[in-house]
Amino acid sequence: MTDFVDVNTVAGELRDVFAVDMTTATGRCAHCGRTAPLADAKLYGPTPGFVLRCRGCDTVLMRMVSAPGRTWLDLSGLSFVEVVTG
Amino acid sequence: MAIVSRGFTGRPHAERADLPPGQYLTKDFPVLSAGPTPVVRTDDWQFTITNETGQRHTWNWAGFRRLATERFTVDLHCVTRWSKLRADFEGVSLDTLFAGVDTAAEYAMVHSYGGYTTNLPLADLLDGQAWLAFRFGGKDLAAEHGGPARLLVPHLYLWKSAKWVNGITLSYQDEPGFWESLGYHDYGDPWREQRYWGD
Amino acid sequence: MARAAVLGRLTWRVATVVATRRETATARTVVLDVPGWPGHLAGQHADLRLTAEDGYTAVRSYSMSSVAEGDRIEVTVDEVENGEVSPYLTQVVDIGDQMEVRGPIGGWFVWRPEQTEPVQLIAGGSGIVPLMAMIRARTSAERAVPFRLLYSTRGPESLIYRDELRKPVGGLDVTYAYTRRAPEEWPGTVGRINAGTIAAATWPAAFEPTCYVCGPTGFVELATRLLVEAGHDQASIRAERFGPSGGRSS
Repeated sequence: MTDFVDVNTVAGELRDVFAVDMTTATGRCAHCGRTAPLADAKLYGPTPGFVLRCRGCDTVLMRMVSAPGRTWLDLSGLSFVEVVTG
Repeated sequence: MAIVSRGFTGRPHAERADLPPGQYLTKDFPVLSAGPTPVVRTDDWQFTITNETGQRHTWNWAGFRRLATERFTVDLHCVTRWSKLRADFEGVSLDTLFAGVDTAAEYAMVHSYGGYTTNLPLADLLDGQAWLAFRFGGKDLAAEHGGPARLLVPHLYLWKSAKWVNGITLSYQDEPGFWESLGYHDYGDPWREQRYWGD
Repeated sequence: MARAAVLGRLTWRVATVVATRRETATARTVVLDVPGWPGHLAGQHADLRLTAEDGYTAVRSYSMSSVAEGDRIEVTVDEVENGEVSPYLTQVVDIGDQMEVRGPIGGWFVWRPEQTEPVQLIAGGSGIVPLMAMIRARTSAERAVPFRLLYSTRGPESLIYRDELRKPVGGLDVTYAYTRRAPEEWPGTVGRINAGTIAAATWPAAFEPTCYVCGPTGFVELATRLLVEAGHDQASIRAERFGPSGGRSS
Protein backbone atom coordinates (compact mmCIF):
# COMPACT_ATOMS: atom_id res chain seq x y z
CA MET A 1 0.00 0.00 0.00
CA THR A 2 1.43 3.36 -0.92
CA ASP A 3 -1.31 5.71 0.23
CA PHE A 4 0.89 7.43 2.80
CA VAL A 5 3.72 9.96 2.78
CA ASP A 6 6.06 11.05 5.56
CA VAL A 7 6.45 13.77 8.16
CA ASN A 8 8.34 16.02 5.69
CA THR A 9 4.93 16.80 4.15
CA VAL A 10 3.71 18.55 7.30
CA ALA A 11 7.05 19.91 8.50
CA GLY A 12 5.88 23.51 8.00
CA GLU A 13 2.63 23.00 9.94
CA LEU A 14 4.54 21.31 12.77
CA ARG A 15 6.92 24.30 12.91
CA ASP A 16 3.86 26.48 13.57
CA VAL A 17 3.18 24.51 16.73
CA PHE A 18 6.60 23.35 17.88
CA ALA A 19 9.46 25.80 17.69
CA VAL A 20 11.78 22.94 16.77
CA ASP A 21 12.19 20.81 13.65
CA MET A 22 10.08 17.68 14.19
CA THR A 23 11.44 15.98 11.06
CA THR A 24 14.69 15.27 12.91
CA ALA A 25 12.92 14.06 16.07
CA THR A 26 12.92 10.49 17.35
CA GLY A 27 9.92 8.87 19.00
CA ARG A 28 8.94 5.67 20.79
CA CYS A 29 5.65 3.96 19.90
CA ALA A 30 3.61 3.64 23.09
CA HIS A 31 2.04 0.45 21.72
CA CYS A 32 4.93 -1.69 20.47
CA GLY A 33 7.98 0.16 21.80
CA ARG A 34 9.59 0.71 18.38
CA THR A 35 11.91 3.71 18.66
CA ALA A 36 12.67 5.37 15.36
CA PRO A 37 13.02 8.74 13.63
CA LEU A 38 9.59 10.33 13.08
CA ALA A 39 10.70 10.60 9.44
CA ASP A 40 10.45 6.79 9.32
CA ALA A 41 6.75 6.73 10.27
CA LYS A 42 3.85 6.61 7.82
CA LEU A 43 1.87 9.82 7.40
CA TYR A 44 -1.76 9.59 6.32
CA GLY A 45 -3.78 12.65 5.42
CA PRO A 46 -2.89 15.50 5.79
CA THR A 47 -6.56 16.24 5.36
CA PRO A 48 -8.93 16.27 7.15
CA GLY A 49 -6.18 15.87 9.72
CA PHE A 50 -2.84 14.16 9.66
CA VAL A 51 -2.25 10.79 11.26
CA LEU A 52 1.26 9.48 11.82
CA ARG A 53 1.41 5.69 12.24
CA CYS A 54 4.14 3.42 13.55
CA ARG A 55 5.93 1.64 10.72
CA GLY A 56 6.15 -1.45 12.88
CA CYS A 57 2.58 -1.90 14.16
CA ASP A 58 0.45 0.77 12.36
CA THR A 59 -0.76 2.21 15.68
CA VAL A 60 -1.39 5.96 15.68
CA LEU A 61 1.64 7.82 17.07
CA MET A 62 0.45 11.37 16.56
CA ARG A 63 -2.58 13.20 15.15
CA MET A 64 -2.99 16.85 14.21
CA VAL A 65 -5.90 18.95 12.95
CA SER A 66 -5.33 22.51 11.72
CA ALA A 67 -8.21 25.00 11.57
CA PRO A 68 -8.03 28.74 10.93
CA GLY A 69 -6.36 30.15 14.03
CA ARG A 70 -6.34 26.84 15.96
CA THR A 71 -4.49 23.56 15.88
CA TRP A 72 -5.23 20.40 17.88
CA LEU A 73 -2.62 17.79 18.68
CA ASP A 74 -2.73 14.30 20.09
CA LEU A 75 0.66 12.85 20.98
CA SER A 76 -0.67 10.04 23.17
CA GLY A 77 0.68 7.36 20.81
CA LEU A 78 4.27 8.39 21.55
CA SER A 79 5.70 7.49 24.92
CA PHE A 80 8.52 9.92 24.27
CA VAL A 81 9.72 12.36 21.64
CA GLU A 82 13.36 13.40 21.52
CA VAL A 83 14.00 16.64 19.65
CA VAL A 84 17.23 18.28 18.53
CA THR A 85 17.41 21.70 20.12
CA GLY A 86 20.84 22.86 19.08
CA MET B 1 -0.77 44.22 4.26
CA ALA B 2 -1.99 41.19 2.35
CA ILE B 3 -0.02 40.19 -0.72
CA VAL B 4 -2.25 39.29 -3.65
CA SER B 5 -0.90 36.81 -6.22
CA ARG B 6 -1.93 38.21 -9.59
CA GLY B 7 -4.03 35.81 -11.61
CA PHE B 8 -4.45 33.23 -8.85
CA THR B 9 -8.05 32.24 -8.21
CA GLY B 10 -7.77 28.78 -6.69
CA ARG B 11 -10.50 26.23 -7.12
CA PRO B 12 -13.88 27.71 -7.95
CA HIS B 13 -15.31 28.65 -4.58
CA ALA B 14 -18.07 31.13 -5.35
CA GLU B 15 -21.29 30.64 -3.40
CA ARG B 16 -23.81 28.41 -5.16
CA ALA B 17 -27.35 27.79 -4.04
CA ASP B 18 -26.99 24.02 -4.23
CA LEU B 19 -23.75 23.90 -2.24
CA PRO B 20 -23.30 24.46 1.49
CA PRO B 21 -21.18 27.50 2.45
CA GLY B 22 -17.47 27.23 1.66
CA GLN B 23 -17.73 24.17 -0.59
CA TYR B 24 -16.60 23.70 -4.20
CA LEU B 25 -17.94 21.26 -6.72
CA THR B 26 -15.90 18.27 -7.88
CA LYS B 27 -16.65 15.62 -10.48
CA ASP B 28 -14.05 13.28 -8.91
CA PHE B 29 -14.48 11.23 -5.79
CA PRO B 30 -11.39 12.07 -3.71
CA VAL B 31 -10.05 9.45 -1.33
CA LEU B 32 -8.96 10.68 2.08
CA SER B 33 -7.87 8.33 4.80
CA ALA B 34 -6.51 8.16 8.33
CA GLY B 35 -4.73 4.88 7.80
CA PRO B 36 -4.12 1.92 5.51
CA THR B 37 -7.12 0.68 3.53
CA PRO B 38 -8.49 -2.36 5.35
CA VAL B 39 -8.80 -5.48 3.24
CA VAL B 40 -12.01 -7.23 4.26
CA ARG B 41 -13.35 -10.26 2.45
CA THR B 42 -17.11 -10.60 2.38
CA ASP B 43 -16.64 -14.15 3.76
CA ASP B 44 -15.27 -12.59 6.94
CA TRP B 45 -17.45 -9.47 7.02
CA GLN B 46 -19.72 -8.85 9.99
CA PHE B 47 -21.85 -5.93 11.08
CA THR B 48 -23.09 -5.69 14.67
CA ILE B 49 -25.51 -3.31 16.36
CA THR B 50 -24.98 -3.35 20.14
CA ASN B 51 -27.59 -1.59 22.24
CA GLU B 52 -27.09 0.18 25.57
CA THR B 53 -27.58 -3.03 27.55
CA GLY B 54 -25.04 -4.96 25.51
CA GLN B 55 -27.61 -6.85 23.46
CA ARG B 56 -26.19 -7.60 20.01
CA HIS B 57 -27.65 -8.02 16.53
CA THR B 58 -25.17 -9.35 13.99
CA TRP B 59 -25.33 -9.83 10.24
CA ASN B 60 -22.89 -11.70 8.06
CA TRP B 61 -22.59 -10.76 4.40
CA ALA B 62 -25.16 -13.26 3.16
CA GLY B 63 -27.68 -12.16 5.77
CA PHE B 64 -27.01 -8.51 5.06
CA ARG B 65 -27.51 -8.98 1.32
CA ARG B 66 -30.86 -10.65 1.88
CA LEU B 67 -32.25 -7.43 3.37
CA ALA B 68 -34.29 -4.98 1.30
CA THR B 69 -32.02 -2.60 -0.60
CA GLU B 70 -32.54 0.78 -2.19
CA ARG B 71 -30.78 2.57 -4.99
CA PHE B 72 -30.44 6.25 -4.13
CA THR B 73 -28.75 9.44 -5.29
CA VAL B 74 -27.30 11.84 -2.73
CA ASP B 75 -25.01 14.84 -2.45
CA LEU B 76 -21.74 14.39 -0.53
CA HIS B 77 -20.07 17.25 1.35
CA CYS B 78 -16.57 16.75 2.72
CA VAL B 79 -15.22 19.01 5.45
CA THR B 80 -12.11 19.51 3.28
CA ARG B 81 -14.46 21.59 1.08
CA TRP B 82 -15.20 19.40 -1.89
CA SER B 83 -18.77 18.46 -2.69
CA LYS B 84 -19.90 15.78 -5.09
CA LEU B 85 -23.49 16.06 -6.23
CA ARG B 86 -25.83 13.27 -7.28
CA ALA B 87 -23.67 10.34 -6.26
CA ASP B 88 -25.44 7.08 -7.00
CA PHE B 89 -25.35 4.30 -4.41
CA GLU B 90 -27.16 1.12 -3.51
CA GLY B 91 -27.55 -0.01 0.09
CA VAL B 92 -29.67 -1.00 3.03
CA SER B 93 -31.51 1.68 4.97
CA LEU B 94 -30.49 1.94 8.64
CA ASP B 95 -34.25 1.87 9.37
CA THR B 96 -34.25 -1.73 8.08
CA LEU B 97 -31.25 -2.66 10.26
CA PHE B 98 -32.71 -0.99 13.35
CA ALA B 99 -36.19 -2.48 12.84
CA GLY B 100 -35.62 -5.30 15.32
CA VAL B 101 -33.38 -3.37 17.72
CA ASP B 102 -34.78 -2.51 21.15
CA THR B 103 -33.31 0.74 22.45
CA ALA B 104 -33.95 3.85 24.50
CA ALA B 105 -30.49 5.27 23.80
CA GLU B 106 -29.98 8.57 22.03
CA TYR B 107 -26.39 8.31 20.81
CA ALA B 108 -24.55 6.10 18.38
CA MET B 109 -20.87 5.36 17.88
CA VAL B 110 -20.01 3.94 14.48
CA HIS B 111 -17.03 1.55 14.27
CA SER B 112 -14.94 0.58 11.28
CA TYR B 113 -12.44 -2.11 10.39
CA GLY B 114 -9.05 -0.47 11.04
CA GLY B 115 -10.22 1.34 14.17
CA TYR B 116 -11.91 4.50 12.86
CA THR B 117 -14.89 5.77 14.86
CA THR B 118 -17.43 8.56 14.49
CA ASN B 119 -20.36 9.57 16.70
CA LEU B 120 -23.80 10.98 15.97
CA PRO B 121 -27.29 11.07 17.49
CA LEU B 122 -29.26 7.88 16.77
CA ALA B 123 -32.07 10.05 15.42
CA ASP B 124 -29.78 11.16 12.56
CA LEU B 125 -29.36 7.54 11.47
CA LEU B 126 -33.10 6.89 11.17
CA ASP B 127 -36.12 8.12 9.17
CA GLY B 128 -34.55 7.60 5.77
CA GLN B 129 -31.45 9.64 6.55
CA ALA B 130 -28.80 6.90 6.44
CA TRP B 131 -27.77 3.73 4.64
CA LEU B 132 -25.17 1.00 4.71
CA ALA B 133 -24.03 1.25 1.08
CA PHE B 134 -22.27 -1.51 -0.83
CA ARG B 135 -22.51 -0.29 -4.43
CA PHE B 136 -21.48 3.00 -6.02
CA GLY B 137 -22.12 4.01 -9.61
CA GLY B 138 -23.60 0.62 -10.36
CA LYS B 139 -20.51 -1.33 -9.24
CA ASP B 140 -19.42 -2.96 -6.00
CA LEU B 141 -18.04 -0.31 -3.64
CA ALA B 142 -14.26 -0.22 -4.04
CA ALA B 143 -12.10 -0.78 -0.96
CA GLU B 144 -10.61 2.72 -1.22
CA HIS B 145 -14.13 4.16 -0.98
CA GLY B 146 -15.09 2.02 2.01
CA GLY B 147 -16.01 -1.35 0.54
CA PRO B 148 -17.39 -3.92 1.31
CA ALA B 149 -19.85 -1.53 3.01
CA ARG B 150 -19.75 2.03 4.28
CA LEU B 151 -22.16 4.24 6.18
CA LEU B 152 -23.75 7.11 4.30
CA VAL B 153 -25.32 9.98 6.25
CA PRO B 154 -25.44 12.67 3.54
CA HIS B 155 -27.01 15.43 5.66
CA LEU B 156 -23.79 15.61 7.73
CA TYR B 157 -20.18 16.18 6.64
CA LEU B 158 -18.72 13.11 4.99
CA TRP B 159 -16.37 12.19 7.87
CA LYS B 160 -19.52 10.94 9.61
CA SER B 161 -20.11 8.49 6.74
CA ALA B 162 -17.65 5.95 8.06
CA LYS B 163 -15.96 3.65 5.57
CA TRP B 164 -15.38 -0.09 6.21
CA VAL B 165 -18.16 -0.13 8.77
CA ASN B 166 -18.38 -3.12 11.11
CA GLY B 167 -20.68 -1.98 13.90
CA ILE B 168 -22.71 0.60 15.76
CA THR B 169 -22.91 0.83 19.53
CA LEU B 170 -25.68 2.72 21.29
CA SER B 171 -25.46 4.61 24.54
CA TYR B 172 -27.05 7.29 26.71
CA GLN B 173 -23.81 9.30 26.55
CA ASP B 174 -22.43 11.19 23.59
CA GLU B 175 -18.76 10.22 23.20
CA PRO B 176 -16.56 11.83 20.53
CA GLY B 177 -15.14 9.66 17.76
CA PHE B 178 -11.77 9.77 16.00
CA TRP B 179 -11.99 13.27 14.49
CA GLU B 180 -14.56 14.65 16.94
CA SER B 181 -12.05 14.17 19.72
CA LEU B 182 -9.46 16.30 17.95
CA GLY B 183 -11.24 19.50 16.90
CA TYR B 184 -13.88 18.44 14.42
CA HIS B 185 -17.44 19.44 15.30
CA ASP B 186 -19.50 17.00 17.34
CA TYR B 187 -22.54 17.21 15.00
CA GLY B 188 -21.19 18.45 11.63
CA ASP B 189 -24.07 20.09 9.71
CA PRO B 190 -22.58 21.40 6.43
CA TRP B 191 -25.46 23.87 5.94
CA ARG B 192 -24.53 25.60 9.20
CA GLU B 193 -20.83 25.13 8.38
CA GLN B 194 -20.15 23.19 11.57
CA ARG B 195 -16.60 22.11 10.76
CA TYR B 196 -14.75 22.58 14.07
CA TRP B 197 -15.45 22.85 17.82
CA GLY B 198 -17.30 26.01 18.62
CA ASP B 199 -18.53 26.61 15.07
CA MET C 1 23.66 30.54 9.29
CA ALA C 2 21.42 27.75 8.08
CA ARG C 3 21.85 26.02 11.45
CA ALA C 4 20.21 28.93 13.22
CA ALA C 5 17.26 28.55 10.86
CA VAL C 6 16.47 25.12 12.31
CA LEU C 7 14.92 26.62 15.46
CA GLY C 8 12.10 29.05 16.08
CA ARG C 9 8.78 29.72 14.41
CA LEU C 10 8.90 30.59 10.76
CA THR C 11 7.52 33.86 9.44
CA TRP C 12 5.85 34.37 6.10
CA ARG C 13 8.00 36.58 3.90
CA VAL C 14 7.01 38.43 0.73
CA ALA C 15 8.49 36.88 -2.41
CA THR C 16 8.68 38.39 -5.89
CA VAL C 17 9.19 36.38 -9.06
CA VAL C 18 12.34 37.58 -10.83
CA ALA C 19 12.68 34.87 -13.48
CA THR C 20 11.16 31.64 -14.73
CA ARG C 21 12.80 28.80 -16.64
CA ARG C 22 10.97 26.01 -18.45
CA GLU C 23 12.46 22.61 -17.65
CA THR C 24 10.03 20.23 -19.42
CA ALA C 25 6.59 20.47 -20.99
CA THR C 26 5.09 20.27 -17.50
CA ALA C 27 7.83 21.54 -15.17
CA ARG C 28 9.06 25.06 -14.62
CA THR C 29 11.61 26.63 -12.29
CA VAL C 30 10.46 29.81 -10.57
CA VAL C 31 13.16 32.14 -9.24
CA LEU C 32 12.07 34.22 -6.25
CA ASP C 33 13.58 37.20 -4.49
CA VAL C 34 12.80 36.91 -0.77
CA PRO C 35 14.17 39.81 1.26
CA GLY C 36 15.44 38.55 4.60
CA TRP C 37 15.73 34.91 3.49
CA PRO C 38 17.87 33.21 6.19
CA GLY C 39 19.56 30.79 3.81
CA HIS C 40 18.92 27.07 3.41
CA LEU C 41 20.57 23.68 3.14
CA ALA C 42 20.38 21.41 0.09
CA GLY C 43 17.28 19.22 0.38
CA GLN C 44 15.10 21.63 2.33
CA HIS C 45 11.79 22.94 1.08
CA ALA C 46 9.70 26.08 1.35
CA ASP C 47 5.96 26.59 1.77
CA LEU C 48 4.46 28.96 -0.81
CA ARG C 49 1.24 30.81 -0.01
CA LEU C 50 -0.88 32.29 -2.78
CA THR C 51 -3.69 34.75 -2.10
CA ALA C 52 -6.51 35.49 -4.54
CA GLU C 53 -8.21 38.89 -4.90
CA ASP C 54 -11.08 37.73 -2.67
CA GLY C 55 -8.72 36.70 0.11
CA TYR C 56 -8.83 32.95 -0.63
CA THR C 57 -5.45 31.36 0.14
CA ALA C 58 -3.72 28.14 -0.74
CA VAL C 59 -0.43 26.82 0.66
CA ARG C 60 1.80 24.21 -0.94
CA SER C 61 5.34 22.91 -0.28
CA TYR C 62 8.10 22.88 -2.91
CA SER C 63 11.66 21.67 -2.63
CA MET C 64 14.30 24.26 -3.39
CA SER C 65 16.48 23.38 -6.34
CA SER C 66 19.07 26.09 -5.80
CA VAL C 67 22.07 26.66 -3.63
CA ALA C 68 21.55 29.28 -0.92
CA GLU C 69 22.50 32.65 -2.38
CA GLY C 70 21.45 35.72 -0.45
CA ASP C 71 17.77 36.58 -0.93
CA ARG C 72 17.31 34.39 -3.99
CA ILE C 73 15.67 30.94 -4.01
CA GLU C 74 14.57 28.69 -6.86
CA VAL C 75 11.81 26.10 -6.78
CA THR C 76 11.01 23.68 -9.58
CA VAL C 77 7.31 22.90 -9.90
CA ASP C 78 5.90 19.96 -11.86
CA GLU C 79 2.32 20.43 -12.92
CA VAL C 80 -0.20 18.08 -11.31
CA GLU C 81 -3.32 17.39 -13.39
CA ASN C 82 -6.32 19.23 -11.95
CA GLY C 83 -4.05 20.77 -9.36
CA GLU C 84 -5.06 23.98 -7.66
CA VAL C 85 -1.64 25.60 -7.34
CA SER C 86 0.82 23.87 -9.67
CA PRO C 87 -0.91 24.94 -12.92
CA TYR C 88 -0.77 28.53 -11.68
CA LEU C 89 2.97 28.31 -10.95
CA THR C 90 3.86 26.47 -14.15
CA GLN C 91 1.69 28.46 -16.57
CA VAL C 92 0.44 31.76 -15.17
CA VAL C 93 2.96 33.27 -12.77
CA ASP C 94 5.29 35.84 -14.34
CA ILE C 95 8.10 38.22 -13.48
CA GLY C 96 6.92 40.77 -10.92
CA ASP C 97 4.17 38.60 -9.42
CA GLN C 98 4.15 38.18 -5.68
CA MET C 99 3.41 35.47 -3.14
CA GLU C 100 4.53 34.58 0.37
CA VAL C 101 7.18 32.09 1.37
CA ARG C 102 7.87 30.31 4.68
CA GLY C 103 11.08 28.43 5.27
CA PRO C 104 13.50 26.82 5.07
CA ILE C 105 11.79 23.67 6.30
CA GLY C 106 13.08 20.19 7.10
CA GLY C 107 16.34 19.15 8.71
CA TRP C 108 16.11 15.42 7.98
CA PHE C 109 16.40 15.28 4.23
CA VAL C 110 19.49 17.49 3.87
CA TRP C 111 23.05 17.12 2.62
CA ARG C 112 25.68 19.27 4.26
CA PRO C 113 29.02 19.98 2.56
CA GLU C 114 30.74 18.93 5.82
CA GLN C 115 29.64 15.30 5.23
CA THR C 116 32.59 13.20 4.06
CA GLU C 117 31.01 9.86 3.14
CA PRO C 118 30.01 8.92 -0.45
CA VAL C 119 26.45 9.86 -1.40
CA GLN C 120 23.86 7.85 -3.33
CA LEU C 121 20.96 9.85 -4.77
CA ILE C 122 17.89 8.05 -6.12
CA ALA C 123 15.18 10.13 -7.80
CA GLY C 124 11.75 9.13 -9.06
CA GLY C 125 10.15 11.71 -11.36
CA SER C 126 9.99 15.15 -9.74
CA GLY C 127 11.91 13.70 -6.78
CA ILE C 128 14.98 14.94 -8.65
CA VAL C 129 14.38 18.49 -7.39
CA PRO C 130 15.89 18.35 -3.86
CA LEU C 131 18.61 15.98 -5.09
CA MET C 132 19.62 18.52 -7.75
CA ALA C 133 20.03 21.05 -4.94
CA MET C 134 22.45 18.61 -3.31
CA ILE C 135 24.42 18.17 -6.55
CA ARG C 136 24.60 21.94 -7.05
CA ALA C 137 25.62 22.46 -3.41
CA ARG C 138 28.45 19.96 -3.85
CA THR C 139 29.73 21.84 -6.91
CA SER C 140 29.33 25.24 -5.27
CA ALA C 141 31.19 24.14 -2.13
CA GLU C 142 33.88 22.55 -4.32
CA ARG C 143 33.60 19.24 -2.50
CA ALA C 144 35.20 16.12 -3.91
CA VAL C 145 32.84 13.71 -2.12
CA PRO C 146 31.82 11.04 -4.67
CA PHE C 147 28.15 11.26 -5.69
CA ARG C 148 26.10 8.79 -7.72
CA LEU C 149 22.64 9.62 -9.04
CA LEU C 150 20.08 7.10 -10.24
CA TYR C 151 17.26 9.06 -11.92
CA SER C 152 14.15 7.12 -12.83
CA THR C 153 11.54 8.84 -14.97
CA ARG C 154 8.83 8.05 -17.52
CA GLY C 155 10.78 9.03 -20.61
CA PRO C 156 13.46 11.39 -21.92
CA GLU C 157 10.86 14.14 -22.41
CA SER C 158 10.22 14.23 -18.67
CA LEU C 159 13.86 14.63 -17.60
CA ILE C 160 14.19 17.78 -15.50
CA TYR C 161 17.61 19.54 -15.62
CA ARG C 162 18.45 17.36 -18.61
CA ASP C 163 21.09 19.63 -20.16
CA GLU C 164 22.78 20.34 -16.85
CA LEU C 165 22.94 16.66 -15.93
CA ARG C 166 24.42 15.84 -19.34
CA LYS C 167 27.45 18.00 -18.66
CA PRO C 168 30.18 15.87 -17.10
CA VAL C 169 30.97 16.82 -13.51
CA GLY C 170 34.01 15.28 -11.83
CA GLY C 171 33.02 12.87 -9.08
CA LEU C 172 29.34 12.75 -10.12
CA ASP C 173 28.09 9.64 -11.88
CA VAL C 174 24.57 9.75 -13.39
CA THR C 175 22.50 6.75 -14.51
CA TYR C 176 19.03 7.03 -16.01
CA ALA C 177 16.21 4.53 -15.79
CA TYR C 178 13.14 4.87 -17.99
CA THR C 179 9.81 3.40 -16.99
CA ARG C 180 7.68 3.96 -20.12
CA ARG C 181 9.70 5.22 -23.10
CA ALA C 182 13.45 5.13 -23.67
CA PRO C 183 15.58 7.21 -26.05
CA GLU C 184 16.46 5.69 -29.40
CA GLU C 185 19.24 3.14 -29.19
CA TRP C 186 18.81 2.79 -25.44
CA PRO C 187 20.84 -0.28 -24.49
CA GLY C 188 18.96 -0.92 -21.25
CA THR C 189 15.46 -2.15 -20.51
CA VAL C 190 12.34 -0.07 -19.90
CA GLY C 191 10.45 -0.49 -16.65
CA ARG C 192 10.63 -0.01 -12.89
CA ILE C 193 13.99 -0.15 -11.15
CA ASN C 194 14.91 -3.53 -9.72
CA ALA C 195 17.75 -5.33 -7.93
CA GLY C 196 19.75 -5.37 -11.17
CA THR C 197 19.50 -1.58 -11.53
CA ILE C 198 20.68 -1.13 -7.97
CA ALA C 199 23.58 -3.53 -8.46
CA ALA C 200 24.71 -1.84 -11.67
CA ALA C 201 24.15 1.81 -10.88
CA THR C 202 24.57 2.46 -7.16
CA TRP C 203 27.34 2.42 -4.57
CA PRO C 204 27.92 -0.97 -2.98
CA ALA C 205 26.79 -1.15 0.64
CA ALA C 206 30.40 -1.74 1.67
CA PHE C 207 31.20 1.87 0.76
CA GLU C 208 28.71 2.91 3.50
CA PRO C 209 27.16 5.78 1.56
CA THR C 210 24.38 7.99 2.84
CA CYS C 211 21.43 7.42 0.52
CA TYR C 212 18.80 10.02 -0.33
CA VAL C 213 15.65 8.70 -2.00
CA CYS C 214 12.92 11.05 -3.23
CA GLY C 215 9.79 10.67 -5.32
CA PRO C 216 6.27 9.26 -5.15
CA THR C 217 5.69 6.97 -2.17
CA GLY C 218 5.49 3.80 -4.26
CA PHE C 219 8.87 4.53 -5.84
CA VAL C 220 10.48 5.43 -2.52
CA GLU C 221 9.23 2.27 -0.82
CA LEU C 222 10.56 0.17 -3.70
CA ALA C 223 13.96 1.88 -3.87
CA THR C 224 14.39 1.75 -0.10
CA ARG C 225 13.56 -1.94 0.01
CA LEU C 226 16.02 -2.64 -2.82
CA LEU C 227 18.79 -0.74 -1.02
CA VAL C 228 18.18 -2.63 2.22
CA GLU C 229 18.16 -5.93 0.32
CA ALA C 230 21.49 -4.90 -1.25
CA GLY C 231 22.93 -4.62 2.25
CA HIS C 232 22.55 -0.94 3.08
CA ASP C 233 21.79 -0.04 6.69
CA GLN C 234 18.25 1.35 7.05
CA ALA C 235 19.66 4.17 9.16
CA SER C 236 21.82 5.38 6.27
CA ILE C 237 18.80 5.85 3.99
CA ARG C 238 16.88 9.15 4.10
CA ALA C 239 13.63 9.45 2.22
CA GLU C 240 11.18 12.11 1.20
CA ARG C 241 7.86 10.87 -0.16
CA PHE C 242 5.75 13.00 -2.47
CA GLY C 243 2.55 10.97 -2.38
CA PRO C 244 0.97 8.80 -5.06
CA SER C 245 0.24 11.68 -7.43
CA GLY C 246 3.93 12.38 -7.78
CA GLY C 247 3.82 15.73 -6.04
CA ARG C 248 3.73 16.84 -2.41
CA SER C 249 1.94 19.80 -3.88
CA SER C 250 -0.93 20.23 -6.30
